[in-house]
Amino acid sequence: MATDCGSTTTKVILIEKKDGEYRLIRRGEAPTTGEAPAEDVTKGVLNAVGEIEDLEGRKFLKEGEDGVQVSPDSTDGVDIYMSTSSAGGGLQMTVAGVVKSMTGESAQRAALGAGAIVMDIVASNDGRLPHEKVADIRRLRPDMILLSGGIDGGTIDHVVELAEIVKAADPKPRFGVGYKLPVIFAGNKDARGAVSDELGEQVELKIVDNLRPVLERENLTPARDIIHELFMEHVMAQAPGYPRLMSWAGHYVDGSWKQVPIMPTPGAVGKLIEIVAKNEDIEVMGVDIGGATTDVFSVFKSGEETVFNRTVSANLGMSYSVSNVLASAGFDNVMRWVPFHMDEADLRNRIRNKMIRPTTIPQLLKELIVEQAIAREALRLALVQHKDLATGLKGVAQERTIGDAFDQTQTGATLVNMMTLSLLIGSGGVLSHAPRRSQAALMVIDAFLPEGVTMLAVDSIFMMPQLGVLSEVLPEAATEVFDKDCLIRLGTCVAPAGENKKVDVLAEVSITKQDGSTMSINIEKGKMHVEPMGVGEKVTALIKPAKNLDVGNGPGIEWQGDLEGGVVGIVFDGRGRRPFILPEDDSRRIEKLQEWSKALDIYPEGFINLEGGE
Amino acid sequence: MAFAYTPGLRVAANTVVFKERRLPLAGKTLVEAGDPVIAETIVAKTELPGNVKMLNIANVMGLPPGDIPELLFVKEGEEIDENQPLGETKGFFGLFKNTVRSPIHGVFESYNKITGQAVLREPPIPVEIDAYLKGTVTEILENEGVIVESNATYVQGIFGIGGETRGELKVITDGPDEELAEELIDESCRGKVLLGGSFVSYKTLNKAIKTGVKAVIVGGFDDKDLKEFLGYDLGVAITGHEKKGITLILTEGFGRMTMAHGTFNLLRTREGMLASVNGATQIRAGVMRPEVVIPLEKAEIEKDSEKQAGAMDIGSPIRCIRAPYFGKLGTVEALPAELQVLDSEAKVRVLDVKFENGEIATVPRANVELIEE
Repeated sequence: MATDCGSTTTKVILIEKKDGEYRLIRRGEAPTTGEAPAEDVTKGVLNAVGEIEDLEGRKFLKEGEDGVQVSPDSTDGVDIYMSTSSAGGGLQMTVAGVVKSMTGESAQRAALGAGAIVMDIVASNDGRLPHEKVADIRRLRPDMILLSGGIDGGTIDHVVELAEIVKAADPKPRFGVGYKLPVIFAGNKDARGAVSDELGEQVELKIVDNLRPVLERENLTPARDIIHELFMEHVMAQAPGYPRLMSWAGHYVDGSWKQVPIMPTPGAVGKLIEIVAKNEDIEVMGVDIGGATTDVFSVFKSGEETVFNRTVSANLGMSYSVSNVLASAGFDNVMRWVPFHMDEADLRNRIRNKMIRPTTIPQLLKELIVEQAIAREALRLALVQHKDLATGLKGVAQERTIGDAFDQTQTGATLVNMMTLSLLIGSGGVLSHAPRRSQAALMVIDAFLPEGVTMLAVDSIFMMPQLGVLSEVLPEAATEVFDKDCLIRLGTCVAPAGENKKVDVLAEVSITKQDGSTMSINIEKGKMHVEPMGVGEKVTALIKPAKNLDVGNGPGIEWQGDLEGGVVGIVFDGRGRRPFILPEDDSRRIEKLQEWSKALDIYPEGFINLEGGE
Repeated sequence: MAFAYTPGLRVAANTVVFKERRLPLAGKTLVEAGDPVIAETIVAKTELPGNVKMLNIANVMGLPPGDIPELLFVKEGEEIDENQPLGETKGFFGLFKNTVRSPIHGVFESYNKITGQAVLREPPIPVEIDAYLKGTVTEILENEGVIVESNATYVQGIFGIGGETRGELKVITDGPDEELAEELIDESCRGKVLLGGSFVSYKTLNKAIKTGVKAVIVGGFDDKDLKEFLGYDLGVAITGHEKKGITLILTEGFGRMTMAHGTFNLLRTREGMLASVNGATQIRAGVMRPEVVIPLEKAEIEKDSEKQAGAMDIGSPIRCIRAPYFGKLGTVEALPAELQVLDSEAKVRVLDVKFENGEIATVPRANVELIEE
């Protein structure tokens, strides 16, 4: 059994091994109770587990409701109980590095990868005066500070200067008066003594290996591990009810009790995505669009290595942050996805009313369409932010040969490559609960513009956090349930990328089905087509792109492989990539949006007649 | 399922309000438990550490950082004045000395031999908090503040701008559906908390600021006016820190919206009384809504029962909070247990509402709020 204590809902899942395979048996939920009046997160956990007890007709709670009963030998209770948490706003950190785009960014990647929200990056060259940095640290009240800077053997002065700023700020933690703020030093090993002298007495200082020991390499794991450890020991232990929850989570190994640490929710999701990418040896991207924030996770290859990245767009979301999506993307960018006209003032008031009453849901089709348009922009902006951070290391000397003379790639180019991406997973209310799965598929395609051949999926009930923490103890169970019960495969998207103004057919596709029958499909410029093909069904395909167009093997080069179906089918997208352009003319744009919506059957018949009025 | 839970805004004619008055840092409380207080009573005070000035003495003197300590005239922790010499180079045969002077009045906090940087701190900044409400101190939070209790009329808004303020409540529109128009504001509104009806425009709000109005309570406001008023597009709804010279409280939402009759009528009966208002809104986990609190005199207190938030039943008065029925009032007609499919094809839990004109409609339960009376 595993719970995820979110900031609004506590979700619990029950997994059982039956006939040799791990499957999801039940799911329950209850409001999170981390704040007044209950102020004890375990109440929400008990309520959620209670729901499963009612549904299953079995006992899972201890007598007197004092926790989840973990008893491997009995029919009551469970074998393992574990939990993740993002209640109380999650883990909020400030990071510091000498050069903002180098150690500063490495520190940011370490903190984000551990599941934190990075509130500020303090750097020697961030343009602020020292007293402004001090004021900002004090104002933001982070739960933890990650201090890095200097490669091993490099600058000491600048690192100590950063320590001085932290000391002068003397920040106080958000929770718990009277405990010291955890500060992690993961910078130049030669500066350890000086940093200890500066900060040792004032904060809870932890020293780990340098996260950027040499310019050419990051070593983020020690910093991430200590962040998790401190999150448990300090931040969680101060939050209401957590010490009790921590004592519940664990299992028996050879008769003795072993605790399973509570993980920050995004950290757990990241773990799971890393495992999936590793097991299948593919590049994976996941996005979770919530009410307040949008998380993007990715695993991409960089040379021989696979690199995991996570970003949090703290102010892009569908309820609390919905107004910010409009402010960041602009009215026109949102409206370009809406297949009818709307008055700006009216739309602005509607969006604001959603923000101040975040739990409401669209009753009218028109409102649903507008919300899904906003979701596209939130997802698009989150991807832009992710691409900016998921980069190779900056400031690294590159060896170039004469052959590279015309290849002006810079250091720090993004690792995100939509062409080589194999699996794109969406989750969060607007995607998981879209009335039609095809709506989720089109939202993800429009926002992320996958190129070549990409499998699209949604996490049906957002159980990736629980599976992530499960993967720490039973990786095979986590991946099995992920594959069979968590992921809903929408289908493969085939989208040629590149420009060729002369052709009307971007690619010709020859398909051989499992029964031996064949068919051919042309991917026509500006059109979308869906070939129905169920979950698990596979066909062999030969895709011949037109000149200059790429479907995975390079411009004009054929691609051969399997295409897999899903609840939507196989989507052939001829709308173009690099560039993807919507018609500028309003009536033409609306006509095209309606045409694509019909091709994917995403809205009921009546939507074409929607006008400005209700 | 015979009832449902839904969030609602509190509107209470007579309730007990507890207000935590907490310092940002540990300090000193100035009142005792049981003390009567008025809104202006200072209940606790503290000193925030002064701003920090960093001064690289080694750079100024042009010497290695390690050589500086012996040249300093001041010790760590010593008080310093503006322009006071902090140290001096030895010079050349006693000539051409380079003197470093303090740019601020404050304390010489520390000097770092590695970086050459000195930390100078300005004097502490005094911070005081007042009681905000007329009432009684019921609890002392050791070194942190107090809790003030008051019998009061309490109205929660949906969204606000601006922080705590107070003033005499003045009713300015005839009814909850009338706009608070510019011409209604005159010199008699100075220092007052104005109760308007359905709407206020940016232009009217500006006139209110010029006239010295303390706060405005209305049904709705336009988002495009909000952008103009703030000077930026508000991204995330965390407000209360704006320094606009006025506090604005919306009871219904964005757009032109008739204020709920119950809210308007209740506040109308409190005309002439002192209202403490706060526009601070935080819409995220741990929602915080703006509020109007009107402490009651002993004589006015007759305990009436306040309906608790949460339980919705057949006949409960509700308000629709999303299109197509936004703002409409009615009562719960039925609470069907099974999920129903909406126009948007979403399958959700719904209820039937009977509007004031007798019309019945089906709406998602998530799209209504209880009106507490």
